[in-house]
Amino acid sequence: MDLKFLDADPTDAERASVDGLLGAPSSAWEGAQLRTAADLRMVRGGRSMREQRHMLLPALARLQSDIGWVSEGGLNYVCRRLWVPPAEAYGVASFYALLSTEERPSTVIHACDDVGCRDFGSADLIAGLEAEIGPEGVANGDRMWLTSPCLGQCDRAPAAFLQNAGRSDSVVTNASTQSTLKAIASHPVPPADPATPQVSGDRGSLRVLSRVGLVNPVSLEDYLAHGGYATLESVLSDDPSLVVDEVKRSNLRGRGGAAFPTGIKWEGVAAQPDGPKYLVCNADESEPGTFKDRVVMESDPYALLEAMTYAAFAIGAHEAYIYVRGEYPVATARLATAITQAKEANLLGRNVLGTGFHLDIGLRRGQGAYICGEETALFNSIEGYRGEPRQKPPFPTTHGLFGRPTVINNVETLVNVVDIVTNGGEAFASRGTPDSTGTRLFCLSGHVGQPGVYEHEFGVTVRQVIDAAGGAIGDVQAVLLGGAAGSFITEEHFDVPLTFEDTRSAGISLGSGVVMIFNETVNLTDIGRRIAQFFRDESCGQCVPCRVGTVRVEEALARHLNNGHEAVDASLIEEIDRAMKDASICGLGHTAATAVRSLLDQGLIGGPA
Amino acid sequence: MWGSNARNAHPIFFHHILKGIHNGAKLYVVDPRRSETAEWADLWLGLDVGTDIPLASAIGRVIIEKGLANQAFIDHSTENFEAYRRSVDEWTLEKAEAVTGVPAVAIEELAVAYASAGSAQLCWTLGITEHHNATDNVLALINLSLLTGHVGRYGSGLVPVRGQNNVQGGGDMGALPNKLPGFQDVADDSLRGKFEAEWGYPVPAENGWHLTQMFEAMEHGDLKALYVIGENPAQSEADVGRARSLLESLDFMVVQDLFMTATAELADVVFPAAADWCESEGTVTSSERRVQRVRRALDPPGSAKTDIEIISLLAGALGHGWGTPTAEEVWDECRRVSPMHAGMSYRRLEELGGIQWPCYDEDHPGELFLHSRLWEEPVGGPLAPFTPVEHSPPVDLLDADFPLRMTTGRRLDGYNTGVQSGGFDSPIRIGASIDLSPEDAADLGVSDGETVRVASRRGGIEAPVRVDDGLRPGLVFMAIHNPDDADVNQLTIEEWDAKSGTAEFKATAVSISRLG
Repeated sequence: MDLKFLDADPTDAERASVDGLLGAPSSAWEGAQLRTAADLRMVRGGRSMREQRHMLLPALARLQSDIGWVSEGGLNYVCRRLWVPPAEAYGVASFYALLSTEERPSTVIHACDDVGCRDFGSADLIAGLEAEIGPEGVANGDRMWLTSPCLGQCDRAPAAFLQNAGRSDSVVTNASTQSTLKAIASHPVPPADPATPQVSGDRGSLRVLSRVGLVNPVSLEDYLAHGGYATLESVLSDDPSLVVDEVKRSNLRGRGGAAFPTGIKWEGVAAQPDGPKYLVCNADESEPGTFKDRVVMESDPYALLEAMTYAAFAIGAHEAYIYVRGEYPVATARLATAITQAKEANLLGRNVLGTGFHLDIGLRRGQGAYICGEETALFNSIEGYRGEPRQKPPFPTTHGLFGRPTVINNVETLVNVVDIVTNGGEAFASRGTPDSTGTRLFCLSGHVGQPGVYEHEFGVTVRQVIDAAGGAIGDVQAVLLGGAAGSFITEEHFDVPLTFEDTRSAGISLGSGVVMIFNETVNLTDIGRRIAQFFRDESCGQCVPCRVGTVRVEEALARHLNNGHEAVDASLIEEIDRAMKDASICGLGHTAATAVRSLLDQGLIGGPA
Repeated sequence: MWGSNARNAHPIFFHHILKGIHNGAKLYVVDPRRSETAEWADLWLGLDVGTDIPLASAIGRVIIEKGLANQAFIDHSTENFEAYRRSVDEWTLEKAEAVTGVPAVAIEELAVAYASAGSAQLCWTLGITEHHNATDNVLALINLSLLTGHVGRYGSGLVPVRGQNNVQGGGDMGALPNKLPGFQDVADDSLRGKFEAEWGYPVPAENGWHLTQMFEAMEHGDLKALYVIGENPAQSEADVGRARSLLESLDFMVVQDLFMTATAELADVVFPAAADWCESEGTVTSSERRVQRVRRALDPPGSAKTDIEIISLLAGALGHGWGTPTAEEVWDECRRVSPMHAGMSYRRLEELGGIQWPCYDEDHPGELFLHSRLWEEPVGGPLAPFTPVEHSPPVDLLDADFPLRMTTGRRLDGYNTGVQSGGFDSPIRIGASIDLSPEDAADLGVSDGETVRVASRRGGIEAPVRVDDGLRPGLVFMAIHNPDDADVNQLTIEEWDAKSGTAEFKATAVSISRLG
C-alpha cells in the first residue's frame, strides 16, 4: 500500500475514541500496541482494508466529538486503523469546518452571522460573546467562539451551534449571550426544541407536512397510528417497476434545485445491470435561508425512512445512506432513533416484513461543508475523500457512490414519495401545474410576521406566500428567493407564479424554497458582501474560476463598502460571473455571483454613496 | 507473488498488477518479509527463508485432500501424479506450520483460493531462484500449476518475472552455456549443423560453462582469459572476496561496459560501449517474450561504440572480415536460424508494436501465452510431468555464533550493484543499511542509524542499522545496491544450485554486534 505513517502516537483517550467506533484493532498492522508472533507470520489486508476508507470521516468526526480536535497522534491512529495515508487523511480533516487539526477548548460556539441572522440579532450575540469570552477564535479557558455561515435556524434567529467535546453537540435558537453561555454550562446539554411548522389555512391540504407537529417523532408506534407504513407490505410484495411508474405518473421533480424528474432518475438506475446500487438521501441542507428539511427530519423522521424504503425497492438498492448536516444534532438523533426502531420492527434490515427485500440505511453526519450538498461531492465525502465535486458526466445514475449506479434525492423530494405511493401519482399530479406538480415547502424568514416552513401548491406567488406568513414587517426592500445561490427580487416579481416554468422564464429561481424578506432597515450591500464571503469560504478550491472568482467578487464589494463614494465595478463582477458559469466544475461556481448580480442589475446596491 | 518484491523490483510490471487488483483480482504474497508488495496483499504469508518447498507441498496436499485438484487436467495432460501425491503426503498443515512458521489457516486459505480461482497466475522472482535448490523450488510451483490446471490457458500461468528489460532476450539469443539462439541445443548435431552452414564455421558441440563454473575453472587454472560484457561480477558475485581475487588472478580480462565498473577497474582492456536503450539500434525481449524495437536517439559519447560495432571490429582484428553489419542484418540472420523468431521482421515489429515469440512466419501473430498444447485433444507433444521434490534447508546454518538469517533484495530506487543507479540522486535513497526488526534492534541494544558490524562465516562488513517493522525477530535484510559502502556479498555464500548455477544469495547466517 506504500503507506508511510507518522511517528505520533495517540493518547489512551484517542485510542479508546476510535476503537469505540471501529472496534479493537485485529493486529499490530491495524494499530494494536503490541506485535504478536502471529502478526509477523500472516496479515489479512488488501481489499478488505481498503474498503474501509468510507469510515475515515466518521472516525475523524468521532475524535472531534470525543476529544475536541483531531491531533496528529489521533489522525495517525485513524490512518493505521484504516490503512489511509496520513497526508490524505489530513487533506480530509482539514477540508471540513467542524473538524479542527489544531487544539481547541472543549466548547466551541459557532455563532451565525449569515444573512438570516445578521440583521436579526446576531450582532448583539457576537458583541456579547466578545465581551464575555474575548476575540473570535481565541480560547478562553474551556471555550471559544467563531462566526458561522447559516445554521439553518433562520426562523428562530439568531442561532448558535455548540460543539461540546465529550458531550453531544447542541443548538441555541433565539440566542442571547446569556442563553448561549447557559447552554455551555448545562450537563447534559438540553436538546433544542424542534421547530413547530407554521401552517396557514387548512391543515388537511398538507401533503409533506401532514404529520409534522402532530406525530411523536421518537415513537414508531405513533407514526404507525398516524397511517405510516400502511402500504409498505403490499408495495414490497409487488413489482418494483410499479413504484417507478407511479412516481413517473406523479411527474415529481427534484426539490434540490435542479428540478430533474425523479421518476426518470429512478428508472435509469433501476435499468442498470445487477450489482450493488445505492440510494442516498441528501440531507446536507446548507443553503443559507433553508431549514425545511431540518423541520421534516426533526418532526417526522419515519416518513423519510418510509420514502427511502420505497425508493430503494424501486431501484433495487439494498444499501442507503442519509447524509445529514453536521449542524443538525436534533435531526441526527431523531433519525438514529428512528432507524433503530424501524430495524427492531423489521421495517428495515433483512427480509423486510417477510417480503424478501433487504435494506440497510446508514446515517452519515456532515462536518461543515456547504459543497457536500453537491451530489458528487457528497459521494466523495461518504467515501472518505475531500468533498470535492467530480466531473459530470458520468452521472450518478451510472457512476455514483463507490462508482456504482446511485439515486440521490433530497429530503423533501423523497418525503413526497410517501404521498405518491399511498395516494397515487395521479392525485399528486392534480395539484400544482402540469409541469410543476404537487406542493412546495417554503422557508419564510427575515422581516415577516410569522417565520417558518410553509407548504403551498406550486403556482402560489411570493406575495401570497408572504401574506400567508403574516405579511412583511416594514417596507420590503428586496426578497432573497431560492437562497444564496438564488437571487434578490423586488415588487416587480411578487406576482410571478412560483412554478419551475414561470420562474425560469422570469429569470429567477425557486432554489431551495427560501423566501427571506429584507425591509428598509437593511444595508443590502452588507448582505451582498456576506453572500460573497459565504461562497469564498465554501468554494472547495478545486477549480480555478470558482476559487479565484469568489475571492474577486467579495473584494469588489468590500472595496465599495470601505470606500463608499466609488461605484461597484459591476462589469468586473459580470465578467467573473460569466467565467464561473462557463468554466466551474459544479453548481457552486455557476451560481456564486447570481445573488450579487441581481442586486447590482436592479440597482439595489452599487451606486456611489 | 512468491518470493518477489515486485512493487520495488519491478515497478512497471507491478502497475499492471495494481490494475488487476483494481479490477477485482486478489493478491497473495509469500515472502519472509512483509515487503512493500506484501502490503498490497489480501493475504501475506511470512514463511521462514528457504522453506518454500514445504509450503508448496502443504498447499498441494490441501488441494488434493479437499478434492480441489483438477483431475480432468491431471489425467489428460500430466504424468507422474501418483509420485507427486505420495511426496506431499507428509506435509500436513501441522508439520508445514512447524517448518515454515506460517499459520495453518493461512496455508489453507491460499490453497483453496488458488485451486478455486477461475484463473490464477503464479509469479516468482529471485526469492525462489537464488537458493541452492533453486530448480526444485521452481518445480514445486510448477507442480501446483499442474495440479490445478492453472497453466496454458488465458489468464492462468507461471510467470518468472525477469529482472531487466532484456534478460529474456539474452537467453533467447543463446547467451547460455548449452543453447544456440532460439533455445536450440548445442549438442544436437542437426541443429548445430544449421548454424555451422549459416556461419560457414564449426561450432563446438560441448556445453560451455555457466558463471559459477567459470569461477571454479579460474580457481583450477582452466580459465585464464575473460571477456565481460555488461556485467559487474567483482561486486555482484556471492562470496565476492573470493570472486575478486580470482578475477585478479586471470592472465587477461576485457570488459565492455557503459561505465567504469569495479570489474572494469581490474581489466587489461576496457571497451567503452554505447547504451543499448538510446544509443543503439536493435531489439529487446521482455518477460512476456515480447520482442520490441529499440532505436538510436543519441549518438554515443566519445569513442563509445555499439556492441555490434565492437564485436565486428574485434572479429576483424582476429582475422574475420564481418564488415559493418546493421542491427537489422544481424537480426535477419537470427531469423534465418531461429524458427521462433522467423516471422519477426523489423517491419512487422514496428507495425504490431512488438511480437511475442514463438512467431514462425510472417503470417503468425505470435503467441499470447505458452503451453496451450496441454489443453489440446490429444495433447500436442509430451505430457507435462509432475516432479516430486524434497525439502532442503539453506546450507548456511544458523547457530549460536551466527544466529540471524539474512536475506538480500532490491529497493525501488536502486538497481543491482548500483552501477546504473548509484550515480543519480533519489529523494527516496536510503543508502547502505542492515535492516532489523524492532525486536532485534531492542535486543541488540542498537538504534536507527547506528553503525554495527555484520559478520558471516565468510567475512564481515560495517553498516548502519535501519529498523524495519516488515521484519520479524531473527530475520535481517540488506539491499544489494551499495557494494562500495557495505559490500553485502562479502557475507553471502557461494553455494549454488547444480541445475541452474544460481548461488544462494537469499539465505546467509550472520551475527550483528555493536562497534567498540
